[in-house]
Amino acid sequence: MEELALHILDLVQNSLVAGATFISITINENRKANRLTISVEDNGHGMERGFVARVLDPFSTTRTTRRVGLGLPLLFMTARQCGGDLTIDSIPGQGTKITAIFELNHWDLPPLGDMAATITTMLVGQEETEFLYRHLVDEAEFCFDTRGLKAELSPVPLTEPKVLVFLRRYIKDKLANLHGGG
Amino acid sequence: MTGKLKNLDDLRRLRDETKRVMEDRMASETKIIVGMGTCGIAAGAREVMTAILEELDKRQLSVNVLQTGCIGMCQNEPLVDIVRPEQGRITYGRVTPQDVPRIVGQHVVNGQIVEDLVIGRTD
Repeated sequence: MEELALHILDLVQNSLVAGATFISITINENRKANRLTISVEDNGHGMERGFVARVLDPFSTTRTTRRVGLGLPLLFMTARQCGGDLTIDSIPGQGTKITAIFELNHWDLPPLGDMAATITTMLVGQEETEFLYRHLVDEAEFCFDTRGLKAELSPVPLTEPKVLVFLRRYIKDKLANLHGGG
Repeated sequence: MTGKLKNLDDLRRLRDETKRVMEDRMASETKIIVGMGTCGIAAGAREVMTAILEELDKRQLSVNVLQTGCIGMCQNEPLVDIVRPEQGRITYGRVTPQDVPRIVGQHVVNGQIVEDLVIGRTD
């Protein structure tokens, strides 16, 4: 994966497959502490302890169409290469939280990439799922919450192409401001 | 409508514009499905999805767009399926954002399958 934003999209797909109805994505770029933290938390069906222990192994997957699952192991490897780590907190029946930490100025840190495209792509077709995206850069914060938006747009669903195109531009602008502010 | 979401008025204007597009939707029974498993994402499915949304917005089409996981044809990702009532399910493989205007213009709008990109059919 060339962008961290693609890893985030991949983690969210895992949450959707796990039946999540609420997915919270947080990106925290703490320049003073030289630390980037990315977390994806869901209320999906969670994983048993034994499976959590194996999930970072590239030869482990729940999928039946192909026997090798690569998403989490790839992100784990990237975090390790960038002076960080990846942790999985999961409770069967309650949900899963994946947290990846990186050194913000590490040579090997992939670019964050196009978060606006990642967010709008994950919204496609997901009328039943709510998303919360918080992005912090030091003290500045951008927050995107589908719950408030849905109420305002009703009866137009958030999943309409026209709305998603609009939201991608909106998020892109907001993130540019967030990074331009420092 | 472009630019910033400054306040609730912008959002309401977007809602009203979108409602008009939905009311005269052309291909309501057509579905576009993009593979969004790890393999699809790594191969560029997000860019293909973004291009599809842009193209539908440009043409003022209100079509059901969906995402799906890995279906075991990872070597052909990104995969895009078009489902139309009379044509069944057509699968396009190794789709690039540049292919999207052709798939939407020919197939979604006019029902003409883009033969050179097809890798599978299901009735």
